[in-house]
Amino acid sequence: MINSHLPVLQVLLPLIAAPLCVILRQSVLSWLFATLICFLSFIISCVLFNQVLESGVISYALGGWLSPWGIEYRLDKLTAFMLLIINGVAAIVLLGARESIADEISSDRLYLFYTAFLLNLTGVLGVIMTGDAFNLFVFIEIASLSSYAMISIGNDRRCLYAAFKYLIFGTIGASFILISVGLLYAVTGTLNMVDIFQRLPDVENTKTLTTALVFFVVGIGIKAAIFPLHLWLPDAYSYSPSIVSTFLAGTTTKVFVYVLIRFIYSVFGYETVFVQEAMSHVLMILACAGILYGSYLAIQQDSLKRLLAYSSVAQLGYMLLGISLATEAGLAAGLIHVFNHAIIKVALFLSVIIIIFYTKTDSISKLAGLAKTMPLLMLSFLIGGLSLIGVPLTAGFVSKWFLIKASFENGYWGLVVVIVFSSVLAIIYIWKFIEVAYFKEPDKVVIAIDGNQKTPYLLLFSLFVFVIANVYFGLDSSLNVDMANAIAQDFYLDFVVQ
Amino acid sequence: MDFLGLFNYWVVVILMMVGLYIVIAHKNLVKKLIGINIFQTSIFILFISMGKVTGGTAPILSEANPVYSSPLPHVLILTAIVVGISTTALGLAIVIRIYHAYGTVEDDEIQRELSD
Amino acid sequence: MSEQHLILLALCIPVIATALSAIFQKNINLREVCTLVSSVCLIFVVSTLLEKVLKGEQPQLQLMEFLPGLAIHFKIEPLGMLFACIASFLWLINSIYSIGYMRGNKEKHQTRFYIYFAIAIASTIGIAFSANLITLFIFYEALTLSTYPLVTHKGSEDAMRAGRIYLGVLLSTSICFFLPAIIWTNILAGTTEFTNGGILNNDLGQGVILVLLMLFVYGIGKAALMPMHRWLPAAMVAPTPVSALLHAVAVVKAGVFSIVKIVVYIFSPVLLSDVIEFNILLYLAGITIIVASIVALRSDNLKRRLAYSTISQLSYVILATAILAPISIMGAALHILAHAFGKITLFFAAGSIYTVTKKTTVSELDGIGKAMPWTMGAFAIASLSMIGVPPTAGFLSKWYILQGAFEVESWFAISVIVMSTLLNAGYFLPIIYAAFFKKPVSGNEFTYQEAPWPIVLALTLTALMTILLFLLPDIPLQLVNLLAENIS
Repeated sequence: MINSHLPVLQVLLPLIAAPLCVILRQSVLSWLFATLICFLSFIISCVLFNQVLESGVISYALGGWLSPWGIEYRLDKLTAFMLLIINGVAAIVLLGARESIADEISSDRLYLFYTAFLLNLTGVLGVIMTGDAFNLFVFIEIASLSSYAMISIGNDRRCLYAAFKYLIFGTIGASFILISVGLLYAVTGTLNMVDIFQRLPDVENTKTLTTALVFFVVGIGIKAAIFPLHLWLPDAYSYSPSIVSTFLAGTTTKVFVYVLIRFIYSVFGYETVFVQEAMSHVLMILACAGILYGSYLAIQQDSLKRLLAYSSVAQLGYMLLGISLATEAGLAAGLIHVFNHAIIKVALFLSVIIIIFYTKTDSISKLAGLAKTMPLLMLSFLIGGLSLIGVPLTAGFVSKWFLIKASFENGYWGLVVVIVFSSVLAIIYIWKFIEVAYFKEPDKVVIAIDGNQKTPYLLLFSLFVFVIANVYFGLDSSLNVDMANAIAQDFYLDFVVQ
Repeated sequence: MDFLGLFNYWVVVILMMVGLYIVIAHKNLVKKLIGINIFQTSIFILFISMGKVTGGTAPILSEANPVYSSPLPHVLILTAIVVGISTTALGLAIVIRIYHAYGTVEDDEIQRELSD
Repeated sequence: MSEQHLILLALCIPVIATALSAIFQKNINLREVCTLVSSVCLIFVVSTLLEKVLKGEQPQLQLMEFLPGLAIHFKIEPLGMLFACIASFLWLINSIYSIGYMRGNKEKHQTRFYIYFAIAIASTIGIAFSANLITLFIFYEALTLSTYPLVTHKGSEDAMRAGRIYLGVLLSTSICFFLPAIIWTNILAGTTEFTNGGILNNDLGQGVILVLLMLFVYGIGKAALMPMHRWLPAAMVAPTPVSALLHAVAVVKAGVFSIVKIVVYIFSPVLLSDVIEFNILLYLAGITIIVASIVALRSDNLKRRLAYSTISQLSYVILATAILAPISIMGAALHILAHAFGKITLFFAAGSIYTVTKKTTVSELDGIGKAMPWTMGAFAIASLSMIGVPPTAGFLSKWYILQGAFEVESWFAISVIVMSTLLNAGYFLPIIYAAFFKKPVSGNEFTYQEAPWPIVLALTLTALMTILLFLLPDIPLQLVNLLAENIS
């Protein structure tokens, strides 16, 4: 009985839990509660994943109203895969969040953070699950509004301005998506994604459709921080409370990449996007520019969080690159990187959180000799960094391998050059910190680290989970690679007319 | 005729541009929020206009007039208005906190404060 | 014990040594005993494997498949066996030497040194035994990363800068060229396994083959083919045992070894000589040999001179491979061996001189031969081997290379070899002459004082080996004959 209602429970659970956090008030209690909810949510997503693997696409009519009248939740393999990533990251990050959050947010606002966190989770999960274009917009706004709130909740006053900037950008982006949805509705008369997809061939080559596509790409470009629409991202990531940056880096932007894939393949259709509108080249150029620009700016940064933020811009470029190849292999490579980048970036951000926890700074120049006092932590950062660079036997290598392979197979030589060159840039910006931390004599900040400070065990645990995941998925990538390949195969079977 | 037939859409485009211009050009954060609001309003009009059928009435089941305007855009826009209001509310809340933290709501003055 | 276990053991012993060094870091005697015992064990394991290979077997071990169709896979073919023998044997000697050197110079962070050294050896063994490109690549990168802390050992600003160049050149070439080349090969051939007779086929056309070959050759920056050689002189800031490791045993040899292995087992010499009309590799190697020799001739710093000599000698191996005759490829394999022993002796000697007198330039060495007869004697023997004078191992390899060059009538190769031999003599013989026959500059007299005994022991052993390899070359010859069988 409950099994058949799991899809709606997945979204409802955090939604109902969010206001309960406000009632709980007490910070430790609300943390416990929120973490519990996240883990429950993770379990639900595991069960759903299993169901999808066993029985194929699950369609759930919300409130019993069948589509096209009601809102449909639709789970295919991609949905289940994304749910798993998001819930996994959310649960494990939140588990370790308490110690760091207490440092960076004033204690009377703590329960509000957990509320916003759960709301954000609701939004993100809803975006993934829904099969209705307008519902998608609503969930996007739930996710975005709560993330503005989460960013602005910190003690650092710079986060306020960053949040405001993000709010302006984000609202414009969401509005563009809304316009696109409206135009799609105007030409097809439906909001259900499956129906839109089926009716679009009748209105191919109309200006309205082109306009809808353009509005959508720009809107999602802002939300997913695709170069050159990424301007809000560095500030938002570097000034917000560290846990928030971690969570956003691991989930939110990934979700918008998911929306991009979803709309390209199962709403607008391969034919419209790649054949008629030649979107492939536009996206490809943006991806390459983003990769190079992000990597280049990452090298210039002194703040670790900012460095990782710019690196995220670059890494988003990789995902986009895979998608823009417009082939099955490319899509699979993009998806593999969505997964791998989530574990890489979260591992790196978590190690930076612990560094900030001990030293109260994330400025590279002040952290000389850190490896002497915190060897284990630096090792974690090193592994995460190597994975980001794409050294063999780490998860990052697997992504690079498939991306390069997909580019080769399409004969895009230039892309291979871009990928390898940006890997070299990645070496530079990761090594900048490694060198300072390992081979310089300790600085006063590092010497002043208080050995008696309470160790954030849970935070360390979260970090190690992700670091081990980086190594594990580098050694045996069959899990995520097979899944990504299966998804890409399904997409090309179902949505692309050969 | 064509121009007048598309009158609603011209209004939408003009409002949208006005809204975007305010967001970009004005330094005052509250004015930026107002700009965003105008921008969103234009989208609401876009949706409502799409639902209008010439000669259509409200969708009440009766035998007299079988032509209805589509009610769905109205419903959607009700939701979108709620979203818009939440955005504005949150935006204003952040502006208030910015005012407390920086003592100003002017973009350039905040920038100056930040670079100090 | 089965062969799988032996391979695994060969890879694990250095790692165990690492762990032991870390555990016993307080007790330095125990720590160094651990290193020595592990290296003896490694030699034992490798020689057991050697027996099997000499019987014509090719022991294999497949570990996990980390990407679909791509596994970490080891297979010991003759060339790899030869390389593993060199590495394991020289690890022991280098450890003996390191003990003397590190203690004699009171270096800091000695435990770190031994740990990364052992990891580097494990990576080298991994490279030697790799059965496909991807395994080779993984251990290649591991070797780069594990030697980085050795290069920056001193931690000074200079060392950091050198480390940056070292890491920058090696990592970026491998990621920019080597990795794409591997992926491309995988797409073209459907596999990356090293196979007798190559895995690429003729109908790819000259253009593709040439581009791929260039990607490999320049992607393997460790082979220091110009202009990818900058890291090698830069890495000279490292302590001498590290330079010895880099230039004789692990790093550079891993580079040329990889190139030989790729030419033999991925392209196959037959394919290359069929398809390629203009053998550009031959010319690139030839130019590198000559230019590097000239730079060596002009440098006064002893270690820098040795570094450029290494660059030129590495290109010998590439040149010999590029001649594409089976016999010259045998020569290439032998030259890896001969140069390893010769160059390590030279570096040991340079380190010995530094430990005792703190002198680093050639011009300060007048008359040092009388003060340090063992050191300079070994230096002289090794120099002769570099030049290729019998009875040293260098003569043997040059003989094979020249024979190959004559076989295919490559006059370019022959003239390069002759010219570089003259240049070699030009930059080594004056040192020996000055050391033994010139009077010390006044105010710079030497008193008789040899280096600490581990140093002397190590360099005497390697010098002896240089001669022994000429007199008793049975095992290496058997191995290269097996290699030649694989080619044809």
